[in-house]
Amino acid sequence: MKIATPKITRRQFIINSAAVGGGLALGLRLPYGGPTVVRAADGSPEIGAWVVIRPDETVVVRIARSEMGQGSLTGLAQMVAEELECDWKRVTTEYPTPATNVARKRVWGDYGTGGSRGIRTSENYVRKGGAAARMMLVQAAADQWKVPVSECSAANGVVTHGPSKKKLSYGKLAEAAAKLDVPKDIPLKDPKDWKIIGKPLKRLDTADKVTGKQMYSADMKLPGMLSAAIKGAPVFGAKVVSFDQSKISAMKGVKKVMVVRNTAVAVVADTWWQAKTALDALPIVWEEGPNNKVSSESIAKMLDEGLSAEQAFVHNQNGDSKAALASAAKKIEAVYTYPYQNHACMEPMNATALYTADRCQVWTGTQNGEAALAATAEASGLPVDKCDVHKMLLGGGFGRKGMSDYVTQAVVIAKEMPGTPVKLLWSREEDMAQGRYHPVMHAKLTAGLDNAGNISGMHIRLSGQSILAAVRPEALDKGKDPFAFQGFWPTGEHSLEYTIPNLLIDHAMRNTHVPPGFWRGVNINQNAIFLECFIDELAQAAGQDPLAFRRKMMDKHPKSLAVLNAVAEKGGWGKPLAAGRHLGLAHFRSFGSYVAACAEISVKDGNKVKIHKIVAATDTGYAVNPAQIERQISGSFVYGLSAVFDQECTVKDGKIEQTNFHDYNSMRIAQMPKVESIVMPSGGFWGGVGEPTICVAAPAVLNAFARATGKRIRSFPLKNHGITLV
Amino acid sequence: MARLTINGKAVNVDVDPNTPLLWVIREQVGLTGTKYGCGVAQCGACTVHMNGEALRSCAMPVSAAEGKKITTIEGLANKGLLTKVQKAWIEHDVPQCGYCQSGMIMAVSALLKEKPKPTDADIDAAITNICRCGTFQQVREAIHAAAKA
Ligand code: FES
Ligand code: FES
Repeated sequence: MKIATPKITRRQFIINSAAVGGGLALGLRLPYGGPTVVRAADGSPEIGAWVVIRPDETVVVRIARSEMGQGSLTGLAQMVAEELECDWKRVTTEYPTPATNVARKRVWGDYGTGGSRGIRTSENYVRKGGAAARMMLVQAAADQWKVPVSECSAANGVVTHGPSKKKLSYGKLAEAAAKLDVPKDIPLKDPKDWKIIGKPLKRLDTADKVTGKQMYSADMKLPGMLSAAIKGAPVFGAKVVSFDQSKISAMKGVKKVMVVRNTAVAVVADTWWQAKTALDALPIVWEEGPNNKVSSESIAKMLDEGLSAEQAFVHNQNGDSKAALASAAKKIEAVYTYPYQNHACMEPMNATALYTADRCQVWTGTQNGEAALAATAEASGLPVDKCDVHKMLLGGGFGRKGMSDYVTQAVVIAKEMPGTPVKLLWSREEDMAQGRYHPVMHAKLTAGLDNAGNISGMHIRLSGQSILAAVRPEALDKGKDPFAFQGFWPTGEHSLEYTIPNLLIDHAMRNTHVPPGFWRGVNINQNAIFLECFIDELAQAAGQDPLAFRRKMMDKHPKSLAVLNAVAEKGGWGKPLAAGRHLGLAHFRSFGSYVAACAEISVKDGNKVKIHKIVAATDTGYAVNPAQIERQISGSFVYGLSAVFDQECTVKDGKIEQTNFHDYNSMRIAQMPKVESIVMPSGGFWGGVGEPTICVAAPAVLNAFARATGKRIRSFPLKNHGITLV
Repeated sequence: MARLTINGKAVNVDVDPNTPLLWVIREQVGLTGTKYGCGVAQCGACTVHMNGEALRSCAMPVSAAEGKKITTIEGLANKGLLTKVQKAWIEHDVPQCGYCQSGMIMAVSALLKEKPKPTDADIDAAITNICRCGTFQQVREAIHAAAKA
């Protein structure tokens, strides 16, 4: 992926602005090449919307989804290249801008990159994009040779005429192919014939990341650019009353101080350090409103009340759980709680905006280019066709950068300074204070066991915050948030993977003033802890082996059973372990994929946990790039274990208390367990990769911890119990 | 005015002497490979070498860097020739988002200079950078590979 640092004059920059950001498709119809040829910025012809071929045989694959480290860019390119039959070594990529997509009637589809959808919900049309281009190139060769297309074939970027053995390369055919109509009927390869999909290929975007050359939007430089620092209302929902500009107006470099949307104050200066220093010294008066009385304790009280509330949204139900629990031979109950957490992407939120009277452009790392474009249009007051967003590589996203709040802020600021590009960068402290937090959730789980130790009925009552209610209320189902039940659905991509009689799973929605957001894995993080830890509690109460206990309920869930068996076997379940070692299991289904983990730990002094090994299996249906899937798996344990051991955002006086990594810790290499990944695609479906594994990290370790110490921990993070990861 | 030597070049910058070295490198000198992650010496994204030793540049005022030799990620490769750490990073496909990796590579390069064949325990003690993407498994593999190269 090339994102150019625009090294051009300001004048050129404004004139060519649509092209800045690197070789982007303009949809220009140039006089040469015929009236229907669409060309990339460098003049190379487009062979259908997804592929540009340069005369030097370079194949440029268009990527609509965002790359934030998860590797989708490489996987998406693999899918196009597979059908295109091109030379993988010549593949490069580019992002068409969201405005170009809108102008071209969304020819590249959805830009949203969340919910582990990057590959699985675009696989069909991107593969067709590659196949269509191949068909056009082969047709162009057949036309030139005046032979039937059926006698021609393509491989490695070359079309060959079978009978005559004549050959033409894609680079030579591109101009002619570009003039052809895109075929309508586009057959795709049988998966068994794949040569590029399924290969553990290296990422396409590594080289610049080891030399410092890689540009993130935080690194944006434009001629005449100023920098902005911002402070949002620390109490969510508070308003700016006033600020004392006189205290900072003499400070070096300060250009402007302004209120942003009544909820934040920004300082614009020559450099960001000047802006931040001035902002820190600026007295601001806030109208805090009643939210300043909210605390973690008051929130917990409200959620606890929801655990026994009459009213709750039901999402999974069979039989009569109430009657079954009342008549159970043995009844077990447990209450678990899960805290607010911040994404803490390595690269803090930032966007650069340039506003002029008739155009507004933004350079930013976003998980949702089209939402960022809409935010740009709204904040600038300009129509969408006068706006554009140049997407840049994200220094981590994890769901946070699917929100466009920082884009809106950047545009509001830039609009006050027409003609001057302004880069808005949040401090880490701002990132901690203005998160879109993993929501709080409490759960009461009640189960009955019969005399044989089988579950006779179960009730899971969730009580806590809904993300959808806050960010996409239109997606609620008559007030219910189905995503609160991820992993508990009766069917579908987040289905419950046990057969349990007399079941009731319901949610008492308890929303707070703290803004929630999609946080890698979203609601599977707490739901997997609730269920998978409770299942171990039940196995113990039944006096049964946790693996055997699970297997009894998984006859109808063969894919989940397969990943569970795989980790149990490789993890050494039921075999003798080294002294002091203990195993824990967990499995869960989400985003269409089936995952399981087996953690091997030891515990010193009752509270120092060493994770020696985690075996993790995933069945994603098709595995486009097993090497990158393995990296998502091992990375998921870092994100998930950091969360369960160390991370909590607490609320006091309506504000988040944590300010930086010293009180919101993230695990280091010394704490990293050895992760053995088993990528076991069973075929026939497309499951997500970036998120599913994260949720088995915590319950596998917690179950091992309970076996090691006899202690069952039910509230998080573990640091609150004096438990550390060593 | 601060006089600095960055990647072998002398640079003079007109800046408040309390400005952290990180921001001088990024904003005055214009080298953006060195990243901001926390500003409080917690994450290591801003790691550079000062006289050959790894240093978190966000927590050091530029005035303290005068007269010292500063190397940033951009100055690691010699005339485009990547170091063995950089090569190992590519070979092992280490970076995910990559944002932490400049600092990670600088920290690892300093470690290897001091301990050419580090043990896992040496790595655990010396490399305390945060990587939110979670590349530690690949980082460890690549460190051992670079040590063998
Ligand atoms: S930015 Fe310097 S250690 Fe985090
Ligand atoms: S690679 Fe993304 S933070 Fe380390």
